[in-house]
Amino acid sequence: MTTTMNIDVHYVTRVEGHGNIVVNVKNGTLEDCRLDIVETPRFFEALLRGRPYTEASHIASRICGICAVGHATASLRATEQALEVHPSEQTRLLRKLMFDAEILDSHILHTYMLVAPDFYKLGSVIALASVEPEAVSRALRVKKLAGDVCATIGGRHTHPITMTVGGFTHLPTVEEIQTLRTRLEDSRKDLDDTVALFKTLPWPQFERETEYIALTKPDEYAFIDGTIASTEGGHYETADYLRVTNEYLLPHSSAKRTRHQRGSYMVGALARFNLNFEHLHPRAKDAAAEFGMKPTVKNPYLNSAAQVIEMVHCVEDAINVCNELIARGIHTEALPKFAGKRGVGVGACEVPRGTLYHDYEIGADGKIVSANCIIPTGQNLANLEADMHKLVPEIIDQGEEQVTSALEMLVRAYDPCISCSVHWLNIQFV
Amino acid sequence: MKPKVAFFDLTSCEGCQLTVIDSLQTHFGLLDVVEIVQFREALSGGNDDYDIALVEGSIASESDEARLKAIRDKAKVLVALGACAHIGGINAIKNLSPLDEVRWSVYGDEADWFEASATRPLDAIVRVDAFIPGCPIDRIEFIEVVKAMVRGKKPPIPDYPVCMECKLKENVCVFDKGGFCLGAITRAGCDAVCPTYGAGCEGCRGLVSKPNQGAMRSALAEHGLAADLIAARMTMFCAHEISKA
Repeated sequence: MTTTMNIDVHYVTRVEGHGNIVVNVKNGTLEDCRLDIVETPRFFEALLRGRPYTEASHIASRICGICAVGHATASLRATEQALEVHPSEQTRLLRKLMFDAEILDSHILHTYMLVAPDFYKLGSVIALASVEPEAVSRALRVKKLAGDVCATIGGRHTHPITMTVGGFTHLPTVEEIQTLRTRLEDSRKDLDDTVALFKTLPWPQFERETEYIALTKPDEYAFIDGTIASTEGGHYETADYLRVTNEYLLPHSSAKRTRHQRGSYMVGALARFNLNFEHLHPRAKDAAAEFGMKPTVKNPYLNSAAQVIEMVHCVEDAINVCNELIARGIHTEALPKFAGKRGVGVGACEVPRGTLYHDYEIGADGKIVSANCIIPTGQNLANLEADMHKLVPEIIDQGEEQVTSALEMLVRAYDPCISCSVHWLNIQFV
Repeated sequence: MKPKVAFFDLTSCEGCQLTVIDSLQTHFGLLDVVEIVQFREALSGGNDDYDIALVEGSIASESDEARLKAIRDKAKVLVALGACAHIGGINAIKNLSPLDEVRWSVYGDEADWFEASATRPLDAIVRVDAFIPGCPIDRIEFIEVVKAMVRGKKPPIPDYPVCMECKLKENVCVFDKGGFCLGAITRAGCDAVCPTYGAGCEGCRGLVSKPNQGAMRSALAEHGLAADLIAARMTMFCAHEISKA
C-alpha cells in the first residue's frame, strides 16, 4: 500500500526535558525517523572545571531533579577514587538506602504519572485521579515515603545536602531509621497492588534483538559500583568505561550517542533485569513471574514493567539495609582531610534510567582539572531510534494517530531524562 | 473562577517542577483552587489560555529568550520558579569563562551545532511579577505562594538573611564548627536547611536586597577560606548577581 506520513511531535510531553519525534514516510518508505534533542546545553563539565572538589557533588546533583542522589553519588565515587578515600561501611549502607529510595521515587513517578495515563487514553495523572483515585493516592503515598527516606538521610529529597566526600555532614538517628523501616514494611501492600495493577495493562507487543548493558556485582543487585557487563558477553572495569560507550555526535541532537558491540545498546531497568535477575529479592522475582517476565526480555515497552519489579526489590533491600543500620547503630565518623595529591577517578552507578559514569581529574590544589560524564539517556538514544525504525514499518497501516501514539509511548518507556543527557559530553581539555 | 496556571521549563534540571508535583502528596487540594492548563513534564494536551505562568529555568539560548517573551505576552502574572529562573543559578557559573571556550570545551569542533548564550535570569529579559527562590524551591513556601496568589496577594518571600532562621532554630553556627557559610547575606525562607544538616549555606536563594558582600568576604577570609575558594563559594549560585553588583 502507498502511505505518506509526516509526524512531528514538538516537545514530547510527560518526559523529562525537551525532545521532538520526527517521522517521514513517503510512498510507503520510511525516509526519516528520529528523536531530536532540543534542550539547551548546560555545559556542566565546563561548570565543574576549576571548582573545588568539595563543590563537585553539589553542582553535579543539579544535573537532574529526578536522580539527584544518583548524580551526587557517582560524583562522590569519582572524587573518592581520585583522592583514594575509602568510605566506611556505615556510609556505604546509608548511600545504598538513599539509592533504593531514589529508584523507588523515580520509578513511581515514571510508571504511575508519566506512563500509566497512556493505557487509559488519558493525558495526565490528574485525569487518571478521577478514574483510578486509589491508584493515584497509592502512588503519592509511596512517593512520599521514598522522598522521606531521602530527606531523612540527605536533609532534602531533591539535591541532597548531607552527602559529602567520604561520608555525611549529618547523620540520621537510629529511631528515625526504625520509623522508616516500619513505613517501608507497611508499604508492601501498596507494592503488591502496584504489581496487580500494572500486570493487567495492555503492554504493546514489540521485540527487537538488543544488547543490554548494566553494572553487575557477584553478590547483590548492583546500583553503586561494580563491573560493566553486556548481554553480548564481556566484563569491563568501570575505569575502562570508554571502551563500552564509544560516543559520537549527530547534528540533530545536543546529546552524544553511544554504541558497543551492536549499532546501539540499552541501559536501564530492563537491562539490569536481564543481566542481574538472579540477584533480585525473592519478592521481586515473584513480581516478575506475575508479569510473565524472565531474562532475556527484548520488548522495550516492558522497561516500565521492569521498573515495577525493581520497586518491589528496592523496598525489600531498603528494609534489609535499615535492619543492618539499626543492628550496627549510627556512629559519628570523622570526614577525610584532603591529602594534596593529584588523582583521577571514575564513579559508576545504576541510576533509575541506567548506567551513569562520572570521570574526574583533580589537581594537587584540590580543584577539578577535567570532568567527563556519560548519562543513561545519551546511551539509550541510538537504541531508541533503532527501535523506532523497526516499529514504524510494522504498524504503519494503523494510521498516523496510532503510529504517533505508539512512538510517544516508546519514547516514554525508555524514561528519557533529556535535561541530563545534554549536560555532560565527552570532553578533552588541553 | 479558578485562575488558569501554566508551567514552563527553560534551561534547568526540572527539579522545581518535580517539587511542585511532590507538593501534591500533602496538598492535593491545590488542584481545587487552580486550573492547570499546561505542564509539559506532567501532562499532555493543554492550551495557551493562562493567567499565571510559572517558569522554571534560566535563559541560556536565543530560543529560551524567544519562548520567554512569548510567555510574557500571554501571561497576566509571570512567576520565576526556582534559582535558575530567579538568579541564573548553577547555570550562570559558565558566565565566569569566555562563552567560546565553554562551548569548545564541551562540543569541540562541533560547537557551532548547538546554540548557547550567556546565562541570565528571567528578569534580565522580561518583567517578572514574583519569584520563588531556591535550588530547589521549598515545598512549603511554594504552597504558601499559591495560597497568596489565588487571593490576589503578593507572595510572602522573606527579605532577611538565612542567619535569622538559623538562630531561631538554635543551630550551632557553621563557622564555629569549622565550616563556611553564606547565611549572612542569603535570602531566608528555606528554614536554614543546609546549616541544619551540617553544611554551609551556598546562596541558592540569592542575596538579600542590601547584602554586605564586603563583610561577608572578610568573615570568610578571617575564618581561613582562601581568596579563590571565597570566589568559588560566592559564585556557585550567585555568579550573575555578583557580576551585576
